[in-house]
Amino acid sequence: MSALLDGFAAVLTPENLLFAVIGVTVGTLVGVLPGIGPALTIALLLPLTFNLDSPTGALIMFAGIYAGAMYGGSTTSILLNTPGESASVATSIEGYQMARRGRARAALATAAIGSFVAGTISTVLLSVLAAPMARFAVMFRAADYFALAVLALVAVTALVGRSMVRGLLSLTLGLFLGLVGIDSLTGQARFTFGSVNLLDGVNIVVVIVGLFAIGETLHLASRPTDVPSTVAPLEPPRGFAWLTREDWRRSWRPWLRGTALGFPFGALPSGGAELPTFLSYTYESRRSPHRDEFGTGAIEGVAGPEAANNASFSGVLVPLLTLGIPTSATAAVMLAAFQIFNVQPGPDLFDEGGALVWALIASLYVGNVLLLLLNLPLIRLWVKVLRIPRPVLYASILVFATLGVYAVSGSVFQVLLAYAIGVAGFFMRRYDFPIAPVILGLILGPMMEEQFRRALSLSNGDFGVFVSRPLTVVLLSLAVLALVVPYAPRLLAHGRADRVPAKVTLGEDD
Amino acid sequence: MTTKIPRARLRAGALALATSLPFALGAVGCAEGGNDVGTSGEQKTVEYPTSAIRIMAPAAPGGGWDLTARTMQKALKDGGLSAQPVEVDNVTGAAGTVGLAQLVSKHNADPHRLMITGLVMVGGVVTNKSAVNLTQTTPIATLTAEAEVVVVPSGSKYKTLQDLVADFKANPTAIKWGGGSAGGTDQILIGLLAKAAGVDPKQAKYIPYSGGGETKAALLSGDLGVGVSSVSEFKELVKSGQLRALAVSGASGVDAGAGTPAPTIKDAGYPVELMNWRGVVAPPGLSDAQRQAVVSMVDKLHSSPAWKDALTQQGWDDFYKSGEEAKVFFDAETTRITAVLTEIGLAGA
Repeated sequence: MSALLDGFAAVLTPENLLFAVIGVTVGTLVGVLPGIGPALTIALLLPLTFNLDSPTGALIMFAGIYAGAMYGGSTTSILLNTPGESASVATSIEGYQMARRGRARAALATAAIGSFVAGTISTVLLSVLAAPMARFAVMFRAADYFALAVLALVAVTALVGRSMVRGLLSLTLGLFLGLVGIDSLTGQARFTFGSVNLLDGVNIVVVIVGLFAIGETLHLASRPTDVPSTVAPLEPPRGFAWLTREDWRRSWRPWLRGTALGFPFGALPSGGAELPTFLSYTYESRRSPHRDEFGTGAIEGVAGPEAANNASFSGVLVPLLTLGIPTSATAAVMLAAFQIFNVQPGPDLFDEGGALVWALIASLYVGNVLLLLLNLPLIRLWVKVLRIPRPVLYASILVFATLGVYAVSGSVFQVLLAYAIGVAGFFMRRYDFPIAPVILGLILGPMMEEQFRRALSLSNGDFGVFVSRPLTVVLLSLAVLALVVPYAPRLLAHGRADRVPAKVTLGEDD
Repeated sequence: MTTKIPRARLRAGALALATSLPFALGAVGCAEGGNDVGTSGEQKTVEYPTSAIRIMAPAAPGGGWDLTARTMQKALKDGGLSAQPVEVDNVTGAAGTVGLAQLVSKHNADPHRLMITGLVMVGGVVTNKSAVNLTQTTPIATLTAEAEVVVVPSGSKYKTLQDLVADFKANPTAIKWGGGSAGGTDQILIGLLAKAAGVDPKQAKYIPYSGGGETKAALLSGDLGVGVSSVSEFKELVKSGQLRALAVSGASGVDAGAGTPAPTIKDAGYPVELMNWRGVVAPPGLSDAQRQAVVSMVDKLHSSPAWKDALTQQGWDDFYKSGEEAKVFFDAETTRITAVLTEIGLAGA
């Protein structure tokens, strides 16, 4: 505890506070811009920090950038249905519907406050649970990751939307896109059509920018008369009361559940920030007392995923700090930063580089407060974006989307690919195919395939590897349950034959 | 293209005769001592740089190649070694072969375009069946290198590399090796080790992971029996006693975390030496004078205090060979790596 207080003492100097402010501000900006994510930003800022005397300032700034980007990504998702990062895709589903109904302010506020709540709670968990969490996380073997991916896949069927066939087709498209590129286990190229540009596969940022930003723009441009010239009429502002009492009541449980999902997933060496957001969305859409509102802007669908993606960051720090294992692109860049300052994350870090670690943890608390202070007032500004006439607004989205893809890849091919995917996204919107399953397939497909083949390769082809350890068995059993339970009421009803309720997946099944 | 390769081979062959150590040291010393004189002396010289220098990092920001490029950029600037601005651009993809193809096809004969390269790219050219390879560029210098380390979990029965290799020979498929991407440095080392031990490299069961973090996790979870990566990657876990370093891949033993230098693979009786090196190349088609000017600038970079500080700060080993010496090295590595990857079966049908 005194170590943590020392950490606060280190952070609460004017200079370090300035770094924290710069970090969250830059982070929020890059989060808002599609394509440019925190990993790229930190990597580009890294050489600038070589000249700093103490690593504390730099690390504080990097933590601020990450947290800021996680939050900033929600802004465009909610206002314009154009998430810039994969971790914001789940937020866009309900968030954009809320904005369309004039509730942009509430959606942004629940995202900001949820991020703060999740960030703070998960930082507490990090300070207390880092060592045991890390021990648990490295128990996961290839077979367990496969089982986890299967569980996630069957658990998030809610994303499939109203039509099962369309949803599965979207998912298949995502799974296919995930296959493109060098097969990681054999080093052989697949579906690249001989092009070097496809050897590294289809970057998820390119897909997200294409499907959402470009697809949405094309969709709107194709039907200029169907929509009002500005995006959404706003509810009248209520001074500083961003959320109604009702909103608070409906948000706090999703915030906590999102945190509970995000933190452990972040801590898993192959977990990531995306899965918990999709799981949180699914959980809320099935279990919320307001599940009938899902699809038309339910605040729970914003509160949960936003809390989950912010909580996952503290989770990511668990294996990074305790074992030196980076679990995301951003964490890998932060690891490089640690090493430049001669700090080796690893089992001894808490003893040897303790002061720095506690300063980093303290800076997370401070960063979360600053983020809230920065973003709540900014909501008033962000929602003004919606007053911009549509043609101007979407033209600038196209500009930023193109810029973002080019900044990430430095390749015209990738920009053209994003536009090609954008055209696909346009037709998907036109014919009512859900977009989110594509992203899900792209994330889960490669993970499932790689871990499945890895597990079999390690076991010399023996399928027993999937039932030989309790952890794998538990995860796979949960997956079977997740698949069967939604149909249980119908099956039971067959037995009783008195009343036939619909399956409980979604109120909106057709 | 076809006319270029034989010429390159010829020059390499002629120089192989002359690359005895004293000569090489003399050449480097001369370059360091009298660079300005050398470039403005009797030899026909060109003014360089006359426009902005652009160093391509053929990978995403944040990786080793990117850091090398940006460190060069900073050292050139801080040392006042370039009168023109120095820029870094990233071209990502396929172990750097996307960047390599761009350098060779688009920037032919432009001495202001440089590219960072390394062992990983040599492997990438083979596994990705790249149409362009490193010998088609104009070699400038190798810069840094890092040794690889072979580790096992602390609970493993293997105490020495000989123990491990004995089991590997007896039952090649029983050992679960893991490391970075397929065809990368780590798998190359295992292939070389297998060859040296008399095991068919194809039989080694190698599980690739995306990056050292995943490999560490797989070693700790019990998925893997043996891990291979750069020394710095596993250092902390070796230090904390969770992993045991069996051998390092350089010419001499280095501390892999245990506090005392770990033995080399050669010490264990297998004639294998592999360093994960990085270097810098220029596009093809440079005139001799242009090439000399670039080499001279990089020579100055290498002896500058800013570069030396950067090496210490990044923990990079100095591994400097410039000009013709670098060319001989690049050619030799290309031949050796292509052979071993072909034997592993990664060069593709």
